[in-house]
Amino acid sequence: MSEHYLPGAQVPDARGYFGAYGGRFIPEALVAAVEQVAEEYEKAKTDPAFAAELDVLLKDYTGRPSPLTDVHRFSAEAGGARVLLKREDLNHTGSHKINNVLGQALLTRRMGKTRIIAETGAGQHGVATATACALFGFDCTIYMGEVDTQRQALNVARMRMLGAEVVPVTSGSRTLKDAINEAFRDWVANVDSTHYLFGTVAGPHPFPMMVRDFHRVIGVEARQQVLDRTGKLPDAVVACVGGGSNAMGIFHEFIPDADVRLIGCEAAGEGAETPKHAATLTKGDPGVLHGSRTYVLQDEDGQTIESHSISAGLDYPGVGPEHAWLKDTGRAEYRPVTDAQAMEALRLLSRTEGIIPAIESAHALAGALELGRELGPEATILVSLSGRGDKDMHTAAEYFGLYDAEGTN
Amino acid sequence: MADTKLTAALAAAKAEGRAALIGYLPAGFPTVDGGIAAVNALIEGGCDVVEVGLPHSDPVLDGAVIQTADDIALRGGVKIKDVLRTVAEVAAAHPAVPVLVMTYWNPVDRYGTARFAADLAAAGGAGCILPDLPVEESEEWRKAAAEHGLDTVFVVAPSSKDHRLAEVTAAGSGFVYAAAVMGVTGTRAAVGNLAEDLVARTRATTALPVCVGLGVSNADQAAEVAAFADGVIVGSAFVQRLLDAEQLADGTAAVRALAGELAQGVRRK
Repeated sequence: MSEHYLPGAQVPDARGYFGAYGGRFIPEALVAAVEQVAEEYEKAKTDPAFAAELDVLLKDYTGRPSPLTDVHRFSAEAGGARVLLKREDLNHTGSHKINNVLGQALLTRRMGKTRIIAETGAGQHGVATATACALFGFDCTIYMGEVDTQRQALNVARMRMLGAEVVPVTSGSRTLKDAINEAFRDWVANVDSTHYLFGTVAGPHPFPMMVRDFHRVIGVEARQQVLDRTGKLPDAVVACVGGGSNAMGIFHEFIPDADVRLIGCEAAGEGAETPKHAATLTKGDPGVLHGSRTYVLQDEDGQTIESHSISAGLDYPGVGPEHAWLKDTGRAEYRPVTDAQAMEALRLLSRTEGIIPAIESAHALAGALELGRELGPEATILVSLSGRGDKDMHTAAEYFGLYDAEGTN
Repeated sequence: MADTKLTAALAAAKAEGRAALIGYLPAGFPTVDGGIAAVNALIEGGCDVVEVGLPHSDPVLDGAVIQTADDIALRGGVKIKDVLRTVAEVAAAHPAVPVLVMTYWNPVDRYGTARFAADLAAAGGAGCILPDLPVEESEEWRKAAAEHGLDTVFVVAPSSKDHRLAEVTAAGSGFVYAAAVMGVTGTRAAVGNLAEDLVARTRATTALPVCVGLGVSNADQAAEVAAFADGVIVGSAFVQRLLDAEQLADGTAAVRALAGELAQGVRRK
């Protein structure tokens, strides 16, 4: 357990390092822009007007605080452990992503920029970004891998409805990694007018720290809600991890609570032992991707290996550097969850509780089912239900054969 | 650092009262041996310095042309050892011409910083350009490079502030790579006026030669840049010649011819 995470410690350090991970590996052309983001964020952090404006948006626009839901029938399947869901799926736009987006949108306005670009995998970050751009009157361009524009077509339509330009990216694996590459290319060329509203706790410093800070509200609310509801802290906090933003958001407030296990569920695709997975912390090695040192799925020559997951939002061969550090220090555990396990958990929550989760979040639910069976009925498990599953109905319908009149049973 | 092969080559061009011509091609494109022939053609056509690209899965600073070449090279199975062989064969064929490697940082990081510096020096390489390794993260590399007599060329951009230019140029050696425009690699209709201003601001911070790249594709542009810079860097235009050619021999001939035109351009008065 690391003493660096005692309350009051400064993490990351001034250069953006969480232990050996993080930093700022960017081209010279972006140095001035990234420094501007860092400086503006430091100023905003201590500006009561910024906090007040963000609070109003989070409350009146997003609908925070998000509820905490006891899921009794689902719990019965999780070894009888008490499972509590932190309902980020009920936020405006349908996922946790809006928390970070509103913070960075306010920052964009402070920087005097008028155009926002973003990458998106499942489309949840893209939808949240397009939403904020509509609200603030910014021009908006969203980069999305061509594969993802197909499997998340509903979100493409939502983004366009909101006035954003959605650019399908056809290079590389045509998924999230390549959408980020393309967004960086845009940023280098348009940095004067444009803020890159990065959507996860990865990228160059200060993004891993700043995005985490904007999502901290998840854990701050949930910790108090669990205490109020149960009179004690949970035994474990479980969240899915692609880049890792909802997980950092819910983990962060619990880090000093040494008895609370923090468990990240990575997408294992067809299995972490097969070539088709996105289990970066389980199977990757330290390297540099998208501006920071972290775990990366890569070959012996440092070329990125394409990731695979049924979940577009977790289909990423990198991960936020703070997760890399939490793994190495042992403060958090990371478990692989296969496509099949996640889809089974998705169906189970739908059938037992009337809540259709995003496929991303279903990875956390699968992790909670496994953990509950390990810990038994005395345990309390807090799960980050990071998003809702409306966008995934096409994938789910194909997976379960729902377009057939016979259904799945 | 003492006089390196790179320093000498740039000084020789200066002694002739002209800017140097620096050509780029990725290794392994269209094949490893074809790539070696193509880099040799750069030199035969008149390049004073060559950059051998290490193809990468995530070339975030490259436009469509070099992305395509990198894809072809990687699908062909190019490895770091092939890049080093490219450097070795070109350096052996043209002992006076400095051969630099242009690479994203992660392949070097993964290969091992000290090991890469040692193997590049052993292959006869003159140094590295590492466009996504900012000065702040470069200390370990610069130590290894200096140990093996390799130059480290840093990139500066129109967005670099003056105090930043001083930090970057103080850390680099060989020359300073001034990005002519804000953007990724690729040919452009006009080089733009940002470059001349950047060269002037950069010169105010260093005695190193300042060479300009990004967007230059023809003799007129080369002549325009040569009027205010110490070197002209051309990449995508050469790659495009190879992409356009049906046969490797046609491609290398076109590369040689373009290098010849550009070499005339940098000599234009």
